[in-house]
Amino acid sequence: MKNRENKILLGHGSGGRMMHDLIENLFLKHFSNTILDEQTDAAILNVGSEEIAFTTDSFVIDPLFFPGGNIGKLAVCGTVNDLAVSGAEPLYISVSMIIEEGFLMQELEVIVESLAAEAKKAGVIIVTGDTKVVNKGKCDKLFINTAGIGRIKKENRFVSKALDIQPGDVIIINGTIGDHGMAVMNARESFNFRTSVESDCASLNHMISEVLGQSSVKFMRDPTRGGVATVLNELVEKTKLGIELDESVMPVTSGVKAMCELLGFDPLHIANEGKVLIVASEKDGNAILELLKKNELGLKSAIIGRVVSDHPGKVVLKNETGGRRIVDSLSGDQLPRIC
Amino acid sequence: MKYVDEYRKKDLILSVSEKLKSISKKEIVLMEVCGGHTMAIHRFGLHSLLPSNIKLISGPGCPVCVSSQHFIDTAMAYSKLPGVIITTYGDLIRVPGSTTSLEKERANGSDVRIIYSVLDALEIAKKNPEKRVVFLGIGFETTAPLTAAAILQAKKEEIPNFFVLSAHKVMPPVMKALVDEGVKIDGFIAPGHVSAITGTAIYDTLASECGLGVVISGFEPVDMMHSVLMLTKQLESGTPKVEVQYQRVVQHDGNKIAQQILENVFELRDDQWRGLGTIPKSGLRIRENLSAFDAEKHFKVDVPESTEPKGCICGQILRGLKTPVDCGLFAKKCTPSDPVGACMVSGEGTCATYYKYRS
Repeated sequence: MKNRENKILLGHGSGGRMMHDLIENLFLKHFSNTILDEQTDAAILNVGSEEIAFTTDSFVIDPLFFPGGNIGKLAVCGTVNDLAVSGAEPLYISVSMIIEEGFLMQELEVIVESLAAEAKKAGVIIVTGDTKVVNKGKCDKLFINTAGIGRIKKENRFVSKALDIQPGDVIIINGTIGDHGMAVMNARESFNFRTSVESDCASLNHMISEVLGQSSVKFMRDPTRGGVATVLNELVEKTKLGIELDESVMPVTSGVKAMCELLGFDPLHIANEGKVLIVASEKDGNAILELLKKNELGLKSAIIGRVVSDHPGKVVLKNETGGRRIVDSLSGDQLPRIC
Repeated sequence: MKYVDEYRKKDLILSVSEKLKSISKKEIVLMEVCGGHTMAIHRFGLHSLLPSNIKLISGPGCPVCVSSQHFIDTAMAYSKLPGVIITTYGDLIRVPGSTTSLEKERANGSDVRIIYSVLDALEIAKKNPEKRVVFLGIGFETTAPLTAAAILQAKKEEIPNFFVLSAHKVMPPVMKALVDEGVKIDGFIAPGHVSAITGTAIYDTLASECGLGVVISGFEPVDMMHSVLMLTKQLESGTPKVEVQYQRVVQHDGNKIAQQILENVFELRDDQWRGLGTIPKSGLRIRENLSAFDAEKHFKVDVPESTEPKGCICGQILRGLKTPVDCGLFAKKCTPSDPVGACMVSGEGTCATYYKYRS
């Protein structure tokens, strides 16, 4: 931290470069330990002879209700997905609420019903929780924190660690990108775009478990805040390899594409809440693609790029017109409070 | 996507590229004035499709980048006043002023809100009658009519707490100033959306008096390549003139209604440009009869003399004399997450574009 005048800016929570720096330079500096230093979506813990995954996530999304879901559904999906991409079978979650005085009981009930319904769908049990109410104006309507634990099978324990990535490996995503971020943005900013962009918010654990059960996955991560670009940049940083993406096969709905064109955003930087990026060898990749396409959450799955030995540490996009450009992590604060 | 994909067709772009290579002989320098054009050139990798004797340089057409340090410092001073809400387009909040930025002032408790239309600022003013709402007006002939329309609307609806700090600018004087200063330019790729408002006549003197080619261009890669081809044809045949490539949007006379609104609200003034100094009759000031909405008339603040950041060569980059890679700060001390100069902040800034699409 440079000097005493420095303050937290919204960009520090955006999931991009600034947050990365904050974690590196402050949190890890003080909290560093072998488990945390792995910086995976969920911590991998040895408890007796079992390995379990443990994760936590806070939800401050504005607005609370958006096309495709609400903060309650999101709070379950987010934690379930963090466990699932760590190779774990999600089992139990906690739900803590910070509620603003004056919040409508009726809205709270709808949100709680969504929490319960999504937990049931994902097959996780809500086993503990906490409730706090703060004075009006001291928080914005409702914030939710969920934490979760899951059991890891031995064969899946390295799936979040990107240990064996090789040039030639393929990068797969289970459908269109940018839907969540743009749906929330459209709901919040009242642009009145005549488009039906819906959040992709969904629990991916059943689909992921099927993929892990039948094929060999080298790496998995859910591209939430900071989008696909941020996850892949973290991957090339870690592996010292390069990634080449192909824009012509990138799944993006026309609504998201149009909103991004108008607002000057890059769909690769926009948050997803029902997507998983998978890295696998080319041979396994094709099998995984076929498997994903049979699942309702993976109908539009595609191989969007591959790992290369060229340009180590950089993600490069081959665009539709034949040009190439570097895809950087998101810097600054593009879309605050989308999850 | 309809009306976009058609203008990004690879084979069409390549065929224009081939044509260019076959007719281009002279060494020519073309300036794309608009930040949107700079973005398109880099995003679609158009440099690599041009013959080596055609050089594209970037000009002073990014509104955030050319806004003076004094303007940013003034906005900052307003943001510290009690009961003031600053409304602004997103990019501006991260531009470093002499000592701080609007983003940092927001973290200090100032009420700074990002909006997507000036009409949102009017709404905020209506909903917060006890506050004074200032809109930071930046941009060229494209965005200035919207600000003008908002001011007229505020007058009509008698909204007393809406103010505009105008840094609006007009395009032709700065283009002329660069030529007069001796920057080597053979032709301009002119911004299509400016002419959608103003029409084409604003560039006539550049062609007739300065002997420069001007092609008013759209923003997609096919548009850009086509514009370069049109300019090359003009320059190869020695017949520089004003032509419209962006015919699907630009009409010869422009948008008369928007022109009238602009005329009713603003008058020309000498204005400061970042790194370029004061350029005569290049800025837009709110007319006296609407001064009730002019933030400069309403707020009395002391703005200390502004200082440009040390080592930053934004000024020379905006003139097309240097490129970001010539700057010692570029991609080292100056990055999008920690920008030193305005050209690194705006999504359309030359430095941000070079950074984003560097290879």
